[in-house]
Formats: sequence, structure tokens, C-alpha cells
Amino acid sequence: MDLFLQQTLDGLATGAIYASLALAVVMIYQAIDHFNFAQGEMAMFSTFIAWQLIAWGAPYWLAFVICLIVSFIGGMLIERIVFAPIHNAPVLSHIVVFIALTLIFNAFAGFIWEFTIKQFPSPFPSELPFETTLIGPHELGVVGITLVMLVLIYVFFRFTPVGLAMRAAAANPVSAALVGISVKKMLALGWGLAATVGAVAGMMIAPKVYLEPNMMLGVLLYGFAGAVVGGLTSPAGAVVGGFLMGVLENLAGTYIIGSDLKLTFALVVIVAVLLFKPAGLFGRVVVQRV
Amino acid sequence: MALLEVNNLVASYGPIRALHGISFSLEEGSVTTILGANGAGKTTTLRSICGMVSTEGAITLGGADISRVPTEQIVRQGVAHVPEGRGTFTRVTTEENLMLGSYARRDRQAIKDDIEQVYSYFPRLKERRDQQAGTLSGGEQQMLAVGRALMLRPKLMLLDEPSFGLAPLIVEELFGILRRINQQQKVSMLLVEQNATLALDLADHAYLLETGRVVLSGTSKEIASDETVRKSYLGY
Amino acid sequence: MDNVRNHRSNPAEKFELFGVQLPKLRMMLLLIGIALALFLPLVVANFAVFQMTQVLVYAIAVLGLNLLTGYNGQFSLGHSAFYALGAYTAAIMIDRYEIAYYWTIIPAGLICFVGGFLFGLPALRLEGLYLALATFALAVAMPQLLRYEHFEAFTGGVQGIDVFKPDSPIPGLSADRWLYYFVLFWGVLLIIGAWNLVRGRTGRAMIAIRDNPIAARTMGINTALYKSVTFGVSGLYTGIAGALGAMVAEFVAPDSFTFFLSVWFLVGMVVGGLASIPAAIAGGIFILYMPNISESVIGVFFGNDPSAKALIWVAFGLFLIFTVYVVPNGLAGLVRRFVIRYAIRRGD
Repeated sequence: MDLFLQQTLDGLATGAIYASLALAVVMIYQAIDHFNFAQGEMAMFSTFIAWQLIAWGAPYWLAFVICLIVSFIGGMLIERIVFAPIHNAPVLSHIVVFIALTLIFNAFAGFIWEFTIKQFPSPFPSELPFETTLIGPHELGVVGITLVMLVLIYVFFRFTPVGLAMRAAAANPVSAALVGISVKKMLALGWGLAATVGAVAGMMIAPKVYLEPNMMLGVLLYGFAGAVVGGLTSPAGAVVGGFLMGVLENLAGTYIIGSDLKLTFALVVIVAVLLFKPAGLFGRVVVQRV
Repeated sequence: MALLEVNNLVASYGPIRALHGISFSLEEGSVTTILGANGAGKTTTLRSICGMVSTEGAITLGGADISRVPTEQIVRQGVAHVPEGRGTFTRVTTEENLMLGSYARRDRQAIKDDIEQVYSYFPRLKERRDQQAGTLSGGEQQMLAVGRALMLRPKLMLLDEPSFGLAPLIVEELFGILRRINQQQKVSMLLVEQNATLALDLADHAYLLETGRVVLSGTSKEIASDETVRKSYLGY
Repeated sequence: MDNVRNHRSNPAEKFELFGVQLPKLRMMLLLIGIALALFLPLVVANFAVFQMTQVLVYAIAVLGLNLLTGYNGQFSLGHSAFYALGAYTAAIMIDRYEIAYYWTIIPAGLICFVGGFLFGLPALRLEGLYLALATFALAVAMPQLLRYEHFEAFTGGVQGIDVFKPDSPIPGLSADRWLYYFVLFWGVLLIIGAWNLVRGRTGRAMIAIRDNPIAARTMGINTALYKSVTFGVSGLYTGIAGALGAMVAEFVAPDSFTFFLSVWFLVGMVVGGLASIPAAIAGGIFILYMPNISESVIGVFFGNDPSAKALIWVAFGLFLIFTVYVVPNGLAGLVRRFVIRYAIRRGD
């Protein structure tokens, strides 16, 4: 029983990271109807920036905040510079550009910081204030930070005028323009937010998997799986899906398939959900009109 | 000086020309209607004014040229567009739709007052204020669209076929409210309608569009009594 | 009477480029290409032959992807998986079962056809982005699957399998050259196959499905069958490329077949141009030489710094973006535009 609880709680911690990535993916998907395949590499790059700041002597939380700001601005710039010109281009063009971004971030990180693995510090104390074998301090911290971030984002979208405007711009760009919303600005903001969320995810997972340019590919896959399971049209669903994938990954790994086939597991989940319940748990089915 | 002046407006969708150089004007405080059959170019005209279509020619609002200005800016100058199909933000609530209508404004308290005013024009919306807008009926969504436009405190309201798909009683109610809005709030209106009888009843002036050209213009009385209009558009 | 005399069945014959009728020009270029393919390896060094062989292998792989995406409109970020499947099939047959290398190609192709077809079945329900996502997942999962310890007896686990370059049965012809002609043989066969496929009814059905799947269905085309079969054929091509590639590289290992290999193929296809068979060869050339050229250029600025090598991929990425913006139809598109622009109509 203990093992089950341990694995579940640990799964929630990794799930928190998948949930963050899933949220970032869904946010961008809602805004531009495309999957940001480069989300993981962007998060990795952000994490490296934080690492560099810490290596230069900055205290953790200062580096954390600066990293968030830089990621936000970076995300906005990428949208404005790279994606605005191909807004109306065919799907393949978008996919190619996303892949190109993946390459560029991955290689650039490798160029600047090399491919050797690095330690990334965890900001959480090495011991919990209370006794338990069920969950480690870092894992608990990850869940905590993620929940705080998710709450902030929820409040932002639900209760602020800009959040409302962003939702409107994503759902109905034409009507949004007609009430004076600059859809371009909203898109850029959305990308900035997604990049920031990704940065948090990266910084939270780096202590566990060690920082190197290829660290996020598998994580991103699980993030996608979470988004698909939750429903690509539902940010809340994506978050639930992410947590679910974290827990399932651990439980399946412990009890069924061993830890060596985790990526295949994600693949199977993605294909199965897309086939049998494409709207996921919480999403809506989009009917294509002839 | 007219509030809105359009001179020799040519509008195209890619290589296809939809408007072949139309001219008309709208006096401040008036209701002007543009009539015509399907495909005549009525919606294109409204879209051109809002900067949503590529155009040549002059469009001036209160004397200032708006033909090259992006849509969001035109809106901020006081032009509220009630689009074809209502353009409801279906996934947010009724009240959030109204809030979005006031996005371009900064005066917090006045916005609250204006919401109440919209509810006084459209009591049914107040009943549904926290409901997801997509669950409202067609007539209610149309009222919501007009209410949202009102939230801008516009100088000019553009309405694209507001009667479309609505039951006659609802339409009568709606058009009555439009008249009150025009008179009480001094909102000028440019109304595009297929239903000529309704439109001519509400409007002061009318233009008739046929395949992208203005073929007739005058006061609504004149247009209503015109022989061809009566036969082709009014049905008698 | 003049009208009758000038009535030709091929409208391209009316146009000239550099003073030569278009169809004749095409034939000339084709003959030059064939001559180069046949005789160039005999005069250049072994290493250059090795590179030419690699180009051919990549070209076949890119051709496979192009059949699926360019002609049939189904995206795949997962072709590294089919390449791996073909490569491992060949390697296992040669190393574990001691089957001669020339017998491995067809089985590798068939296995990959089946694999492609099977993946194509669920893919029927997935469009555009979703299919890209599913194939992305396939590509990311593949290396881990290949490393799986329970398959180690077959796959050699992390170490992979060594494949020895086949000996040349012709005295005087080096092993590298022999392998080149072996690959060339299959390449030509596959290109002719693709050419026939695309020109015929199947090709038209594939293209119809790409351009308007709903209309295609109303015309009576069994879209499900065609799409799955196309996936299978695409897998077959890339799988055969993998099998040949295994012999060229002389080993297979899980980390050779990552998601980034799929990116290679995608790049080759996009740069070469969609829906074009010669484009595949251009793509193959690009995949091979672009990194080399970039490496030289970067070497000028950064010397031998190994992490500077990573900049090649940055260059690649930038090049890709440039292609999408400026030359969205790839080299093939450029050629088409050039011909349209400069071909002169002869007097009617």
C-alpha cells in the first residue's frame, strides 16, 4: 500500500510538470490552432538561462524571477517575429517552423552550454518539516509551486479584463477585433504566458532529470499526452490530464511495464485517446462542416 | 458635416471585386439603411468601413480618413459593429460579453452604469446575465450583440442584417428598441437589411445596392414609394 | 492546314528553354543524370562514392515521406521509426540469421509496408496536426523501444548490431562502389515504381484525397483504403532506405534513429519540394551536404570547437524557416517557377 501511495504522490509531482506543459500546449492551441512542438525546447532553454544566472552567483529565486521575465518576453518575440508572418500559411509550413525552432533551441543550448549534464538546484529544503516516506521535499515543492502558478493563471483568465480579452481573441478573433481588442497583442501575450509556464516546468524538473539540451523531449511527449487526455479545447482538462499522466506513468511503470517503456506508454495513450475519444475527458468535439 | 462619408469605395476579396465604387453619406443622429438582395455587397460595405476588407477610395468618419486604419483603432473611434451572425462570444457569459463590449473604454464606474442601461433596454438579458452566451436563443443573442455594441458608447452603430433568422415578434421588439436607442442615446445607425419593409420603417434615409453599385438613394419615404422597389423588394 | 500540322498532343512541346523544347530538355537532363549516376562513381574516390550512396539512401527515404505527405497530404514526423524498422530487419537477418544481404531488402520492405499500413489504419481518423502529434510520439518512443531489454536478444540493446559491408563480387570494383550500385539498383527500381504510381489512377486518387478528402469520397474513392495503402507504401520505401542505410553505415543502434532523424527527412522533403520525385534526390543531396558545408563555414569562425558543431543545426533551423517564408515549394517549386518565367513560346 505504501508503495502505491508513494508512486501516486511521486506521480503527482511529475504530473505537475506534465500539467504545466499540457497547459502551455493547450493555451497556444486555443489561440492559433497549432501545436507548439517547440514548447519543450523553449522550456529547456529557459532553464539553462536560469542555470547560467545561478552560476554567475544570483540567488535561486532572483534567477527564477528573471528567467520568467526573459521567457515571457522571449515568447512574445517569437510569436511576433516568427509566427505572425505565416499566420495564414498551410499546416505543413507551421509544422516545419515549429520543428525548426526545436532544432534551433536545442542546438543553440548545446552550443552555449554544451551537451554535458549539469546539476540544477532545487530551491526546496532537503528535508521536510514532518516525517514521511511517502513524498520527498522537492516533489512536494513542485506540486506546491505548480498549484500556485495554476491558480494565478486561472484568476488571470477568469477575473481580469485582459484575461477575458485573451479568451475572446482566441475563441473569436473577428468579434474580438470588433470590440477593439488587438488580436495581435493577445496572441503575443498568450505566447509569452505559455513560455513562462514552460519555464517553470523546466526549472521544476531539471533537479530530477539533470539539465542537458535533450532533457525535455520525453517530458514534452507526456505533456502532449496530458493535453490529449484532458481535451485539447479545455485548459482545465489539460491540467487534469497532465496530473493523470504523471500518476499513470508511475503506476504503469511500477506494476505493469517497468520503467523502460515509458515513452511507448505515452505513445499508446496518445494514439488510443485520439482514436477512441478524440475530445479527451473534458474537451469538445469539433464537427467539421462540409 | 456628415458623420460618415464614403466616396468611390472599391472593395475586393482577392481578385474579386465586390464593390464597384459606391458613394453615400450618413448624417449624425440619423438611421440610414442599405438595402439589396443577397450578394449585393451590403455586408462588404460594413466590413470595409471597419477595415476588414481591402479597399480603395475614401472613407471618412467625422472628417478623419479611416480607410487605412486597422479595425481595432476604428472601433476605438466609436464605431460599433453588430456583425452578421451576431458574433457572440459563446463560451463566456452574457455579462462577460457586455464587458468585452466596453474593452476599449477606461471609465470603470460608467461601464457599470452602462451595463445596467443595456439591461433596461433588454430585460431578458438581465435574466440570463450569468449564463453562457452560447445557450441564448437567436433573438437573445441578437439583443446581446446590440447591447455589446452599445457598451462602446458608440457614435456610429453598424448593424448587419439584425432581423436574420428571428421570429417576427422578436424582430418588431428589437427594431423598436433600436429606435429608442437612436433617439435616446443619439447613436447614429447604418443598417444593412434584406428585409426592406422593416428597414425603411426604421430608417430616415436609404440606399439601394445591386451587385456592388448604388442604384437608388433618397429618404425612406421616397424609396418606399418607388415603383421598382415596391415590386422587387417590398412585394407589392 | 497549318493548324492541323501544329496540333501536338503534349502542350509542353510548344515551349522552349535555352533554345530546346521542354520535353527534349527534360529527356536530356534525365540522360545526363543517369550517365552521372552510372559513371561518376567509377572516377571519383571511394569516400565520395560512400557519400553518393548516402545521398541515394536519404533520397529513397525522403521519397517515401513525399509519397505520404506531398502526394497524399498525410503528415508524418515519425518516419525515423520506419527507417529504423527496415534497418533493424536487415541487420537482424544478416547478423542473427546469416542471410545474405541481398535477400534482406524485400523482407525489410514488406515488414515496413505492413507496419506502415497498420499505423495508417488508426491514422485514418487523425488529420493534420493530430497525425503529426501521433507520429511525433512514435518517433520519440522508438529509440526507447529499441533499447528495451526484453528485445535485446534481437536488437542488441543499447549496443545495437554491427553489419558488415558486403564484399564486392566483381574483382577490381571496391566494396564501396559495389554497394553504391546495389543501392542505385534499388533506388532506380523504387523511383520508377513511384513514377508509375503517381502518374496512374492511384496517384490521382492520392492527390484527390490530399486536396479535398470529402469531395474525393463523394467521387467514389475509397479514401480509407488508399490512405492506409499509401502509408504502407511510404513505410516500404523508407524501410528499404533503412535496410540499405544499415549496410552503408555498417551498424544499427537505437540512438541513430531518434526523432531528429525524422526531422532530417522532413527537411529533405521540404527543401526538395513536395510532390516531386526529382525533389527527393535534391533533398537527399541537401541532407548530406548541408551539414558538411555548414561545418566548414562554422569551422572558419570557430575553429575546431566541438560545441560549435551544434551551430550547424541552428543554421539548419534558420534555413528551414527561410525556406518556409521564401521558397515554400522547395527547390522543385523554384525550378517550376523558373521554367514558367523563362520558357518561351514558339510560334504557333
